[in-house]
Order: sequence, then C-alpha cells, then structure tokens
Amino acid sequence: MGDQQMRSSLEDLEGFSFDEAPWTTPKPLADSRVAIVTTAGLRPAGGDGADWNPGDQAMQLLPASAEGLVLAHFSPNFDRTGWIVDPNIVFPIDRLREMADEGVIGSVADVHVSFMGAQIDHTLETIRLDTGPAAARALLDDDVDLVLLTPV
Amino acid sequence: MGTLASVLEAAGLATVALSSIRGQVVTTRPPRALHCEFPLGRPLGRPEDPALQRRVLDAAFALLDEPAGPVLVDFPEVITDEADAPLSCAIPPADPGDVHPAEAEARGLLPAWRRSNERFGRTTVGKVVDADGVPAIVGLFARIADGEGWKDVGLPGDPTKLAADIRNFYEEAALSLTDAVPGARQAESWYVTRTKAGDAVQRARVAMKDAGAGHYFWNYLLPMTQHRVPDAT
Repeated sequence: MGDQQMRSSLEDLEGFSFDEAPWTTPKPLADSRVAIVTTAGLRPAGGDGADWNPGDQAMQLLPASAEGLVLAHFSPNFDRTGWIVDPNIVFPIDRLREMADEGVIGSVADVHVSFMGAQIDHTLETIRLDTGPAAARALLDDDVDLVLLTPV
Repeated sequence: MGTLASVLEAAGLATVALSSIRGQVVTTRPPRALHCEFPLGRPLGRPEDPALQRRVLDAAFALLDEPAGPVLVDFPEVITDEADAPLSCAIPPADPGDVHPAEAEARGLLPAWRRSNERFGRTTVGKVVDADGVPAIVGLFARIADGEGWKDVGLPGDPTKLAADIRNFYEEAALSLTDAVPGARQAESWYVTRTKAGDAVQRARVAMKDAGAGHYFWNYLLPMTQHRVPDAT
C-alpha cells in the first residue's frame, strides 16, 4: 500500500491558492477544442527537451501523439509500468480522439503541454508568473478552449 | 496541479483537473476537479482499460455543467496499488563469470528488456545510461553496498538518475516475464525485494546515508515507501 503512505505524507503539504478561484465560462463541450496539460514530466525523445530535474518549473510543449514521448519525471515515488504499457494512463490522447470522432468534443488540439509535479517550492512562482502563462498563450494560439489536467 | 489549473483558467481557458491527492486539491482550489483515488502515476485508472478511462473523462467533463466553482467531485471507483503483492517473475539464469552476481543478474535480464522495448516501443531507461549500460551500473552500486565509498567507484552521473535507470530497466524487463499487465507498484516491489540489484541499491542507499551523503542522493535511490534497513549478514 505504497500510495496510501505517500498520500498520508503529502495530503497536508502547503499549496498556493488564489484569493478568488478564476472562472472561465466554458463553451459547449461538443464545440470545444481540447488540450492535455500534464504534470508527468513528459518530453519528446532526444533534442533539447526539459530535463525535469528536482524543482524544475519549466513547461514543455508536446505533439498530439504519444509516440516518442519520454516520461522523465525525477521522482521515484510513483508507478511507471502503466505508462510503458499504455500512455493513455497519463496522456489520454487516444480517448480524446475517440471522443472527437463521436462528436462528444469538438476537436483535439495540435499542441499539448507538460509540466512536472512534486514541486519543492509550493509558491510555484515561475509557473504562476512565467511558464504557466506561456503555456496558456501557446494553447490559445492553437485555439484551445478546454484543458484537461492530469497529475503525476 | 490546482495552482496550474487556476493560472490557465485566469488566462481564459476552461479547465478540468484530475486529482490524485485530495488534500492538495482542497488546498489549491482549482476551478473544477475530479478526485480519482487511483494509484499514483496512473491518473486515468488502469492501463489498457479504455472503458474505465472513458468513464473518468466523461465524469471530468461533466463538471463543465457546474455554474460556479471551485468544484470538487469524487470519482466513485477506487483502485489501490499492489505493492504488497510483488510480481512473481522467473529471473533468467546468468553466468556470473567474474562480475558481481547482481551485475550478472542484470545481464541476464537484457533479452527480456529488449522484448518489452520492442513490444511497447517506449522506455524510461536512459537518464544517464541506456539498457546495455545498466548491468555495469548495478555492479558499481553493489560495490558501494559492499563497503566502497560512493564517490570512489566511478559512478558516471547523478546516483539518483543511475538508480532510476536500474529500476526502470528491471520493471520494464519484468513486463516480459509475466503474462498480465502488472498492478501499480507490483514490478517495483519485485525489483526492490526479490532481485539482487534491488538489494544492492537498498544496501548502497543505507551505506550512502551512513557515510553522510546529501539527503537528495540517498533518499531518491528508491521509492520512499520501499526504504528498509537490510538485515546485517
């Protein structure tokens, strides 16, 4: 029951919350262009992708395919075999494509984003002020309406 | 996750966040969150279970109907990890030759790792060394476990990343040594408690801690929930 122990140690960690929760009125789901934003520490294989070392608050743009993606999150404290067997467990791109084909969602974005969870600095200053807004701009440039966030 | 959702929402994007640790979502108050009591690292539930993954997404997107937030809803299905039930894998025999038995064990697992890599087409090995380089690194950790100084054995990089390459190599090899998709942490428990390499890294972790290595270097060699002090022999 490793996760139970992990949750017990992580439930009460400090976290940053805004005084008022922001709220964007969503478009109808069937008209929405959907992107995935994950904190799994993903990056494309090779190249100059994020290293995802401890404390790294970078953001990494991802293509609309799990092919060639590497899970490089620094923490050893979670299961990785699920990702190896089926990337949809973290990056559910196939499920979104099925929903788009069925007309449940409008379309799947061409651009997706990874950050890395298990951050040491609970204020997340860089994510709040730099890389988070930069990710939002990249998604808005792709006409994204709706973001699904998946945690690791 | 919650803070990031709020940053994106403030920029004009509607967001729906899956949650793995409920207390953190309560603290960070994202606009819309679906808490899923699933194994860490598996936020959509179970690999190769598209029906469950779809139920999760349907439940998450249903939160868009809420008129105001923050909204936090619990997904009704629960999945627990299986760390208490290590995989049962037959480790291929390996000729130890003149190397440490743990290094020989890793050499013997290379064919299984290659089969997994060919089957799934992805790996998490390669932070410092590729799969072919893992057995030699196992040998270095075995030397630390047997008493040599961790700075003296010639580790070719960050010990935590090298330990991750070893663990990921073993877990990926295990996928070809078992018929079913493992439950969460089953391969991890097999690696840590049933293999010579896992034992070597565990003992090296304790030796590094005792030698005054920085917390980062010994703490992240293995999952925190697998830290044990091996019996003296």
